[in-house]
Order: sequence, then structure tokens, then C-alpha cells
Amino acid sequence: MSRGQKLEIAVDSMSAAGDCGDVHGAAQRALADCSALDGGLLPVLHAIQAELGWIPDAIVPTVASALNLSRAEIVGVISFYPDFRRQPPGRRIVKLCRAEACQAMGADALAAHAKAALGIDFHQTRDDGAVTLEPVYCLGNCGCAPAITIDGRMYGRVDAPLLFRLLAEGDA
Amino acid sequence: MTVTVYVPRDASARSVGADEVAIAIAEQAAARGADVRIVRNGSRGMLWLEPLVEIVTAQGRVAYGPVAPEDVPALLDAGMLGGGAHPLGHGPTESIPYFARQQRLTFARVGLIDPLNLGEYEAAGGLRGLRAALGRTPAAIVEEVLASGLRGRGGAAFPTGIKWRTVLATVAAQKYVVCNADEGDSGTFSDRMVMEGDPFVLIEGMIIAGLAVGASRGYIYLRSEYPDAAEVLRGAITLAEAAGILGADVLGSGHAFTLEVRIGAGSYVCGEETALLESLEGRRGIVRYRPPVPAVRGLWGKPTALNNVVTFASVPIILDRGAAYYRDFGAGRSHGTLAFQLAGNIKHGGLVERAFGITLRELLYDYGGGSASGRPIRAVQVGGPLGAYIPASQFDMPLDYEAFVANGAIVGHGGIVVFDDTVDMAKMARYALEFCAIESCGKCTPCRIGSTRGVEVIDRLLARDRPQLQLAVLRDLCETMEHASLCALGGMTPYPVRSALTHFAADFGITDGATGAAHHPVPPPVTPATRP
Repeated sequence: MSRGQKLEIAVDSMSAAGDCGDVHGAAQRALADCSALDGGLLPVLHAIQAELGWIPDAIVPTVASALNLSRAEIVGVISFYPDFRRQPPGRRIVKLCRAEACQAMGADALAAHAKAALGIDFHQTRDDGAVTLEPVYCLGNCGCAPAITIDGRMYGRVDAPLLFRLLAEGDA
Repeated sequence: MTVTVYVPRDASARSVGADEVAIAIAEQAAARGADVRIVRNGSRGMLWLEPLVEIVTAQGRVAYGPVAPEDVPALLDAGMLGGGAHPLGHGPTESIPYFARQQRLTFARVGLIDPLNLGEYEAAGGLRGLRAALGRTPAAIVEEVLASGLRGRGGAAFPTGIKWRTVLATVAAQKYVVCNADEGDSGTFSDRMVMEGDPFVLIEGMIIAGLAVGASRGYIYLRSEYPDAAEVLRGAITLAEAAGILGADVLGSGHAFTLEVRIGAGSYVCGEETALLESLEGRRGIVRYRPPVPAVRGLWGKPTALNNVVTFASVPIILDRGAAYYRDFGAGRSHGTLAFQLAGNIKHGGLVERAFGITLRELLYDYGGGSASGRPIRAVQVGGPLGAYIPASQFDMPLDYEAFVANGAIVGHGGIVVFDDTVDMAKMARYALEFCAIESCGKCTPCRIGSTRGVEVIDRLLARDRPQLQLAVLRDLCETMEHASLCALGGMTPYPVRSALTHFAADFGITDGATGAAHHPVPPPVTPATRP
């Protein structure tokens, strides 16, 4: 598809955002910082998510227009990459490594504990908005498996007692 | 007198409390009136000892580990700051057998120096390769790298010199150097350790690549799961710019080279070189058709020298010490060293840089000390999620590229994930296909559809639903994926699946030996589409 060609998709959800002031400010700041970069779409999206915690559909037309891309291209990129969120996450984000080295050290059992303790499955956010649980495929901590991150901080050699303690810290 | 104390800033060390240990030492030493200087180094690679604290003494650096913050008072009581004896003490770091028996070429400085101290980098041999390269023609640099026998350390093992010669020979107004730092394979962390522990060696290697191929601009495509590496790399780039190593006039040579870090967004397939280029250009990480190869038409359609972190990081020592020095390490056509990574259920997990030719058994038992659980090691997966599962009966196989390919396996990036005898290999085979389904870019049908169908077939097989039929379908599916996928994700997912079926048939409920896998005892050689 050539640049500039507009595909009418998901327009309803894009125009349905309520509180847009902060959202558009975030988009403008991200574009000011990154739009001059060659291939700057990923840096722009990272910057928006770093500020808002997610990427509202409402910013898609703004980013598309600034980068001279179609809205379909922007949505396509957002939806391709697991890091980019199209819904707001919980106040804490817990990621559990599911990859082989962590499996060899009990990652599956750890994941079962986490799901039971939080009452949610992977890719879900608890109803009270307290926490989002996500799988991750390798954190590069395979020599100190199993590994998890909570709000970006990584923990290694995580067993069930440590997991429960870390999860409980967030409830305080 | 000031005592220098090393506490790693490596992400693995931090994940098990290195920051808290550094704070505890600083506070409690101060409370006791001791004058300490804490240096946050890279990891020495002995990850089971992390956080590994080193004290500089008259006898050299002395190691203590694994140190918890609550151990610090007792360590200070025992005279740790003077190298005193304590149950957590291991004596001189470089006399620990795990470390002493390594051949550290690429990782010579990792853990040794402050990663963001250019003076220490240079004092420990840094920049000598770049200075040697600046005195040579591009063709002479390429020939040196070619003669060293260096092959792509990301997994595909393509000769680096040939790739660079192609870029050099392709005429273009703009060329690029791109570093693949999307180290997504489970069981691998050597790229991360270089970037966090010795970032200047990667920068130096990329500048040399720029000189060799005629590129003035470089990018490091780094996975988002490595925030510590991003911070160290960006800090190192700023320092290198200020020192005139990067910029419009590299070390006063008149050559320009600029470098930028770009962060991925959690997609495994972006470690495939053409998907990486798409992502770097700001698009979905969809694999490109080849040819043309990136060396001819890469980033923004321009000739691009695209290599893995450890490949670039191995170049400075080759230019410094000469091709022959590097080539003389290794076995067969696998020259030099590889940074093996021991991971998963292993007692002594960590990084072991050794010449090719070492056996799995040596790595697993002489270095690794057997499983962490104390149970027998049943299988290892070498080379990431697309690598074959290897049974104990093959642990004497030497680690060199050709020997592994001859056995239907790959060395890949040198990651070794260990499983004890509680592992369910049918579950691991199913996971390999599930992972492929999750991470497939979706461009080619065998990978996009075959992975999902493969999970379903294994589920039916395990449910004993017409098992012979399922085996035939699975065999057929593996063959289609291997030969018809666009890149190594779909093309090599059959490796773990088939090897699990071949060597661990009982786990699939197969007892009559009719795995069908024997139909293909030796899969065809690794294709050029191997994940870089």
C-alpha cells in the first residue's frame, strides 16, 4: 500500500476517546521528539506509551498525519508488536517468562500460582485495575531462572514464596 | 586507604539483589569508617554466584558470592575488605576453575572494567583494533576478517568477511552498519552481557565494520526486554562521541561514523534480519523475500552490514591481534571462540567462552556441575527455541557448526538450556509450535498456519486420537514448514519438534518405535534463512 493512502478502519473507536487533552499532548510531545528520526514510528509509539502507559486509538490520526502515513499503517504497527497496549493496563504490570530456560526451572508452576493468586489469566487486567498479568518470552536472565518483571524491575530465581511476597507488596 | 569493591550492574546480578548489596556495603562500610569505592562492573559470567562481590587486594581481585544484603555485616566482620576468609569467599576470582579454564577473547573485559570508563577500556586493550583498522584499506580490513574465519555468531554462522566483502563491492551513496541486538532466544544472554559489561567493544567493532564496507551510519536494534543494556549503550555512545571516537571525524581519521540505539517492541521474529530491517524502518516486523540479501539491499534499500552483537564484538581483537591469532582457536571450519551460555536447570549457570570443539558433556558437567535440581540431565536444547533437543547419549558431540548440523542440530547462538528427568518432551515439542504460532509474522503460510495446526496435531496425538495418523500428519507438517517457510522461524521450528519425537518417543505415548522421525534421521543442512 502506498503512503498517504487512507484506509477507513476502526474510525468509531478512534473518535470515541473521551479525555483527549492529555492524550494529544502526549502525542505532540512524542512527535516533537521523534518524528524527525528516519523510520521514527516505533520511537514515537514508545514515547507515547512511556507517558500514558498505553496507546489510545485517539492518537492514531494525529500520528498518521504527522508522519505522512495512513491510519491503517499506524494501527498495523501498534497491533503487531506485543509491547504496545491499546487498553490501559493495571496499576502494576507483572510479566512472567514462559520461555524454555524458565520452564526448566518451574515457570509453568509459577505462572499457575500467579494466575491463582491474582485471579486472572495472561493478557488480563484485574477488575479493580490493580494488576495486569502478561507472558514474556525471554528476559535474558536464563542463568538465574525463573525470571519475572514487576513494573519493569526484573527478579531472578523466583520461587513461589518470593512471588507471593512480591505480589503482596503491591497490595500494600 | 580506599578499597575498591566491584558489585555488578549486570541485569542478572541486579535481578538477584546486586543493587541492594551495593547499598548495604556502601552504608555499612561508611558506618565502620572504612573508605570504599564501589564500581558497578559487568558480570564475570558466574551467574550462580551472583551477586558476586569482588574486593581489590594486594593479591588481586578476591570474590565473594552469592552475597545477600543481610550477609554484609558478617562479611565486613570477617575482614572482606582485606580479602578475609568467609564461607561465601572463593579466593581470587580468576582462580575459580569455571573462570580460569575459559578462553576469553571477545569477553576479555566483561566484568573486569567499569563498562562506562573509556580510560579503563583503553588501558585493557580497547581501541587497538580500531587504530589498526584506520591504517588499512577497506579491502584489507575485510580480508583480515575473512582470514580470521569469523562466522556470524547470531546463529546462522555465515562468514562475516564474505558478507562485508559483498557490502564493500556494492556501489551506493549511502551504506549502513546494523547490529542485531534482538537476542530473543531462550537460554542466550551473551549479547546482553557484552552490551552491559563492555559496550565500547561493540561500538569499536561497528566502527571497524563501517570503515571496512564504507558506511558512515550505524544502528543498534535492541530488544525492549533489555532496558539496562539500552542505558549502558546510550551512555557509552555519548562518551564515545565526546572522545571523538564516534562522529564526523573518527579519531582524527577523517572518516565519519555515527551510531544510534533503536528499541524493539517485544517481537521475536524481529531477530530475523529482514524483519529487523522492516522494524527499524518503522513498520511491522514482516520478513522480506530474499534475494536481494541485506548486504546488497538492506536498510532503506541500501547495502547493509548486518551482524549480531558478539560478531561485531569479536572484530576488534581480530584487527588487534591478527587473523591468525583468532583462527587458530577452534575446530574444523569453526574458528575462534564461542561464548556458550549455560541456562535452565543447571547448577552453575553462566557464560563460558571457549574455543569450538568442546563437548556438551564438558560444558554440562565440568563447568555446569550437573543439574540444579540434582537429578539426572535428560535433555538439552542448544541454539534457542529453534534448536534441536539433544539426549544424554549425544553429549559427547563436539560443539562445532558442522558436527551439529550433521546430527540434525544447530549450535546457533551457543545457548544451552538444560532439563532434568522430570521434563515432558511432548510438552516441549508442543511449546515449540505454540511459540512459533505466537511469534509468526504471518507472511508465509507454512509458519502461520502450520504452527497452529501442529499444536492441534500434538494435542490429538497425546489424546491417543488415531496416533499413527497424527504422527504422519505431524511428520508431513514438519517437512512442509522446514522447506517452504520464508525464514528460520517456520523453517526450524521442526528441529525441536522432530528431535523430541526421535529421542523421546515415549513421552508422546509412542512405544512401538514408529515415530516416523527415523524417516529423516538427518535433516538437511541449515538454510541461509537461519535466524541471524
